[in-house]
Amino acid sequence: MSTSQEHNHPLSLSGEIRMDTGVIINKCYQCGKCSAGCPVATEMDYPPSLVMRMLQTDNPDHLDKLLKSMSIWLCVSCEMCVTRCPMEIDIPTLMDYMRQKSIKAKKTNPQASKIISFHKSFLDSINYTGRLYEMGLIVDYKMRTGAMMQDVGVAPKMFAKGKLSPIPEIIRGRKKIAAIFNRIKNNNKEGIQ
Amino acid sequence: MKVGFYPGCSMKGGAREYQESVSALAKVFDIELVEIPDWNCCGATAAHNLSKELSLSLPARIMALAEKEGIVDIVVPCAACYNRLSITRHELAEDKSLSAKVSSIIDIKYEGSTNILNIIQFIDKYITDKLEEKVVKPFNYNTACYYGCLLVRPHSILKFDRVEDPQSMDVLVKKAGGTAIDWAFKTECCGAGMSVSRTDTVARLSGNIMKDAADRAAEVVVVACPMCHSNLDMRRPEINKFLNEKIDIPVLYISQVLGLAVGLDAKTLGLNRHMTEVNLPQKPVKEDVVPEAAKKIVNSQKLEA
Repeated sequence: MSTSQEHNHPLSLSGEIRMDTGVIINKCYQCGKCSAGCPVATEMDYPPSLVMRMLQTDNPDHLDKLLKSMSIWLCVSCEMCVTRCPMEIDIPTLMDYMRQKSIKAKKTNPQASKIISFHKSFLDSINYTGRLYEMGLIVDYKMRTGAMMQDVGVAPKMFAKGKLSPIPEIIRGRKKIAAIFNRIKNNNKEGIQ
Repeated sequence: MKVGFYPGCSMKGGAREYQESVSALAKVFDIELVEIPDWNCCGATAAHNLSKELSLSLPARIMALAEKEGIVDIVVPCAACYNRLSITRHELAEDKSLSAKVSSIIDIKYEGSTNILNIIQFIDKYITDKLEEKVVKPFNYNTACYYGCLLVRPHSILKFDRVEDPQSMDVLVKKAGGTAIDWAFKTECCGAGMSVSRTDTVARLSGNIMKDAADRAAEVVVVACPMCHSNLDMRRPEINKFLNEKIDIPVLYISQVLGLAVGLDAKTLGLNRHMTEVNLPQKPVKEDVVPEAAKKIVNSQKLEA
């Protein structure tokens, strides 16, 4: 995949998005079906169709608002928008792109910290054991967010039902998984998307 | 018959009963599920939200390990894992240079020769033909089949079932002797991975799903995804609080429904592990839907009475 740096003239935002993700935002003609079907649109600061319009304007202020928005973190990747889009615009891929751009630019919305912490705790678990260790994830998440009391009521029942394991499953190739994480980290340092 | 098996992390923890019921069902039909050795997590939502490379590399390693074992069909009962593996398979098939790059990241050659099956595709390929003759205890309940998001979307890649009104699970429930009800929330999102970080959102979305199922007199909701299950089942107290009413409809995996129909007992299928208690009422079997094998049992019971 090529990046905008390879070109001599600066790309528009829509050009950059197309280069990096293959998504053509200019296809959107604001029918609003994505926002109508989106399960979390009512909680978003900018619903999906407005995100599309703001990106189309190529206005840096609009991009800044989106990178700082809750919308990009509230998106649950349910794929309803792209399913109903008459132009089949891959909005979920665009949302992934915006999230990663927001983290790189250090512009993440403070209210999204719990969601981001959960994702980071999740990836840490994979990095250390090769698999998701649910107990470890919850403890790590609580340490990150300070939400110590959350869901303490449900844990004993889950234990009794055999749904929570006190011991993580550690795979033999866990060092190979850690190596995958390291290679990706190093690749990104060199500026490869 | 041997089929590759990728359980995924939740089936080793919070969704143990899903693995238990899939394994028990496979056994009934003489299918040997071969777990991919040393498999890792698919990365789920966290990986594709935070890193595109990671979201492709983790599933690619799983499939590459299966290739080394000579496995072709991999059954992936978790809809979320199925989705990530299928998308990775698709993206790497479309872009050879990306595929080579991912091979170097995971340090195993990825060929792309595996075939990813969700739980329903697996059942349809290996079980459905023989299902009806094995049904001894028809699952005679009004059943709301809930497909959720990741089993059917994005259609352009998964190409599985109808995208707005899927039918594959309904057909299985009918073959098991049940009634698949018509309802509106088959493919609405349950709130997915927000269960911990945005519990209120999950209570609202899953609440709307359970409310519609209850309004249409469903006696049971059937799912094919551990994440959907945990939101509809484990989050029931939050759902009931959101709805301000008490809904006690149990949520079963499709493998548990078919398992019950072919005569497996509740404990083998892990029904006792659900957070919302499973108390299905005993019902007289409708004559017109009873397969031959079950008729004999019913008739002998009638004679005794």
